[in-house]
Amino acid sequence: MGFLLWLVFSSAYASWGVNMTPGATEVSRTVFDLHMTIFWICVVIGVIVFGAMFWSMLVHRRSTGQQPAHFHESTTVEILWTVVPLVILVLMAIPATKTLIEIYDSSESELDIQITGYQWKWHYKYLGEDVEFFSNLTTPKDQINNKATKGEHYLLEVDEPLVVPVGTKVRFLITAADVIHSWWVPALAVKKDAIPGFINESWTRIDEPGLYRGQCTELCGKDHGFMPIVVEAKSKEDYAVWLAERKQLAMAEKELTSKEWTLDELMVRGEKAYNTACVACHQASGEGLPPMFPSLKGSAIATGPAAGHIGIVVNGKPGTSMAAFGKQLSEVDIAAIITYERNAWGNAVGDMVTPKDILAFKQAQE
Amino acid sequence: MTEERLTRRLVIRLCVVVVAMFGFGFALVPIYDVMCQAFGINGKTAGVYEGQQAVDEQRQVRVQFLATNAADMVWEFGPQADEVVVHPGDSTQMLFVAYNPTDKPMTAQAIPSVAPSKAAAYFHKTECFCFTQQVLQPGERIEMPVRFIVDRDLPADVRHLTLAYTLFDVTARKPPVAQVTLTRAAP
Amino acid sequence: MSAVIDHGHAGHDHHHGPAKGLMRWVLTTNHKDIGTMYLWFSFAMFLLGGSMAMVIRAELFQPGLQIVQPEFFNQMTTMHGLIMVFGAVMPAFVGLANWMIPLMIGAPDMALPRMNNFSFWLLPAAFSMLVSTLFMEGGGPNFGWTFYAPLSTTYAPESVTFFIFAIHLMGFSSIMGAINVVATILNLRAPGMTLMKMPLFVWTWLITAFLLIAVMPVLAGVVTMMLMDIHFGTSFFSAAGGGDPVLFQHVFWFFGHPEVYIMILPAFGAVSAIIPAFARKPLFGYTSMVYATASIAFLSFIVWAHHMFTVGIPLTGELFFMYATLLIAVPTGVKVFNWASTMWRGSMTFETPMLFAVAFVILFTIGGFSGLMLAIAPADFQYHDTYFVVAHFHYVLVPGAIFGIFASAYFWLPKWTGHMYDETLGKLHFWMSFIGMNMAFFPMHFVGLAGMPRRIPDYNMMFANFNMVSSIGAFMFGATQLLFLFIVIKCIRGGKAAPAKPWDGAEGLEWTIPSPAPYHTFQTPPDMSDEHEHRKGLAHD
Repeated sequence: MGFLLWLVFSSAYASWGVNMTPGATEVSRTVFDLHMTIFWICVVIGVIVFGAMFWSMLVHRRSTGQQPAHFHESTTVEILWTVVPLVILVLMAIPATKTLIEIYDSSESELDIQITGYQWKWHYKYLGEDVEFFSNLTTPKDQINNKATKGEHYLLEVDEPLVVPVGTKVRFLITAADVIHSWWVPALAVKKDAIPGFINESWTRIDEPGLYRGQCTELCGKDHGFMPIVVEAKSKEDYAVWLAERKQLAMAEKELTSKEWTLDELMVRGEKAYNTACVACHQASGEGLPPMFPSLKGSAIATGPAAGHIGIVVNGKPGTSMAAFGKQLSEVDIAAIITYERNAWGNAVGDMVTPKDILAFKQAQE
Repeated sequence: MTEERLTRRLVIRLCVVVVAMFGFGFALVPIYDVMCQAFGINGKTAGVYEGQQAVDEQRQVRVQFLATNAADMVWEFGPQADEVVVHPGDSTQMLFVAYNPTDKPMTAQAIPSVAPSKAAAYFHKTECFCFTQQVLQPGERIEMPVRFIVDRDLPADVRHLTLAYTLFDVTARKPPVAQVTLTRAAP
Repeated sequence: MSAVIDHGHAGHDHHHGPAKGLMRWVLTTNHKDIGTMYLWFSFAMFLLGGSMAMVIRAELFQPGLQIVQPEFFNQMTTMHGLIMVFGAVMPAFVGLANWMIPLMIGAPDMALPRMNNFSFWLLPAAFSMLVSTLFMEGGGPNFGWTFYAPLSTTYAPESVTFFIFAIHLMGFSSIMGAINVVATILNLRAPGMTLMKMPLFVWTWLITAFLLIAVMPVLAGVVTMMLMDIHFGTSFFSAAGGGDPVLFQHVFWFFGHPEVYIMILPAFGAVSAIIPAFARKPLFGYTSMVYATASIAFLSFIVWAHHMFTVGIPLTGELFFMYATLLIAVPTGVKVFNWASTMWRGSMTFETPMLFAVAFVILFTIGGFSGLMLAIAPADFQYHDTYFVVAHFHYVLVPGAIFGIFASAYFWLPKWTGHMYDETLGKLHFWMSFIGMNMAFFPMHFVGLAGMPRRIPDYNMMFANFNMVSSIGAFMFGATQLLFLFIVIKCIRGGKAAPAKPWDGAEGLEWTIPSPAPYHTFQTPPDMSDEHEHRKGLAHD
């Protein structure tokens, strides 16, 4: 036990911090100030009231010979301790109101990003720029299952951070595709619920480049604790470069779709993609969590005709948790995942499905 | 009055309150709808708008279009343009493309939401594919119009608003039995 | 004002004692028996809900998933909340109400004794159904005790229907209990006991009962709407059908906020009896206390959306709810000041009930402070759905409601059993609970501020230290409740004989009857005339 305690308490990453941090934006600093103000008001009131009580407990005891007094009311005093707190609250409400009005004003933004919450990942779409991507947790299962040492950003790391330029008013349009989620980055003091069917607005203007990490803050199912947020703020120049690169990447993906793939290449890419997009439900072993999440190992679909396998991955299965991944993943990733599923865990079907097959399937449905 | 009579009278009254509060819980549903529509909160837009307005040439408002699919909705769905600039009072149309890539007929429902929420009361749709369910046959692709007017009385500090649609698969609830008349774009 | 009490059989003093055997408990209409059953039931639920908390804290002892998978963890957090709220706290207060209200107002029993029996027996049925869902295919409810849609409708496991039925049963039980309390207090007071002469415990329960009657039906409504969405194709909370998930939150919290006051007001009343007893001084500001309680109850109806600050409510609404929530601090503060003033220049001794009562005042106030911080809407954007909120409500519920219940139990155990409980063990229970509780919940303020969300089974290393401390405190707190079980059983079985009034500073009609209280009491109403009032200590001039 002592060893355990020492292990944990001596971890380089464990912390004894007791307070919120001021954050990276003007709004987050204002919110921090409000927090500290109300905190100190509470401390002062607490010290006075508890102080009086502790004094009383020490002095006004029968064991010290104190005789009980008889007073039991005083209108003056009741009025005083009704009015004084009321005044303090009014004084507190004024800066709070001002800050709330500021936070609610998302107009005149320079960049708009749509954020969509999914079970259990985030989707970001840069409006007007034709750049969009999913952002998934990348912490390996081995770390979660205590088979490997946990990294510094355990559970707070993603494959694709949300990249934004500093000094720019960025407006977020937040919604969800299934259940209610909530997008929170403490350093930005932005938290807004993502509600399916409805759009919520929020905004930020980040001062300094850096990485800012957050988490989903509305219970959304089993992996609610495993869908973090990473915002990477770059200088305006670096952001422009990144954006151009992203657009290039989108084009390159399109080319990858037409390239000739080998089974080995598909298996490698497929295992990686499977471990990002499929493992939450179907597990690394392919055995799933029946009955909610069926086993793929030895399953009729994964070892049967390719068309059926492609169909269910691309179109999903309405009425179940199996989403339509045709809308979420590239043709390359889908082909790789299907190939992987057909050949891993002893399924050994021996065939492969290429990105062109996926494209053809989608077009054949037209 | 005896204790029994008094008690019975009180208990009956309290039971009435219980039933009334149960009803009140249900009444909150239409009350909520009415409040949202009356104050335009929650981004919910109203139904068909039948009015007309003079165009305010001096003012411009940017209207942004967003399209999101619910997680199990497979259709392609998106606006022809991301954004238009309109004059309040002027009737504008935007087309949304929808395409059913599966091999079964499907029914979809688009649900609109406007941001900022205070703009929702000032965003009038004279025609919208969201007023009805949309049925698409396998492989069918259509263009669906939304025709809208931004009210002249839109608060002066709103220069930019967003119309977002979420597309839901309602085939299970509303099987595409008969051919539903699709609202098609004017040629 | 009280009605003339017409006891048709006032001369009938041929009383049967309690029936023998198990059927006594199944059929009893006696408020003492029913109170006892409620209290034992709530204690069993407290230990069950507490075990679930132990599972939660064991998993959160260290980062990583060691003991349970996320799916089961979500069932534990959900059931822990449901069982504690509906199975432990509420029935405990109803048990105290059943035992003490008739005694405090000089009534022979509750107004509706048979309905009283039915109200109790609904609970084991409801909770059997609820707990059985853990063993159903797909598992039990896993959507949090606040069961937001659509996670609790479209995405819920099969057992959700049984969850809904269990809530219906519990709600029905609470409503009937509340009607019984109102009828008893309004109609069965001994002649001469005007409303403003009632002990504060009776006042707080009267107000709590009105809250229950007003809002439990709304809870019934919202779970019925869920049932309809799940099984009958309606779309109350589904955007696809034109409904709104946020509507769920509004209706739920319209119930939910008054519910948290339902869970604390009786504790306010108990503490208002206990502190004067051990300070040997009358309660300071009786009239203010009554008005403050009534204000809190009234205000509780107009603050619900402070649980929804991040949902996207329009600015005006958000500001209104912020202001109204800040306002509740005023009458609550008045009560705290009044308790402190009762202690001031009293002649205090610190037996176990007083220890719990004083700890209540201090620690509940700390919970109140974090509540005040949460009320500041822009700051709440950083606190909402984090462990800061978990810290807040556990401070108001554990050293709040639970310590209030412990204080009441120790205070009235001599009356119930005829024996004094073991004072040394009682004090030990107090100190272990006090230390364990603070160790468990104070660090949660820190990890919440540092960014740890609620309802997660695993977390980043930066939260590890405080989580480990918190788990250790929780284990300590949990273990010491077994000591409490031992203390209670030991007291029932024997101990120093308790006089009618074991606490020399106590006041109230319950101390004028023998200990243990006879099976039937106040078959004739007590004499409340002036010369007796001062002896009973009920005058408030």
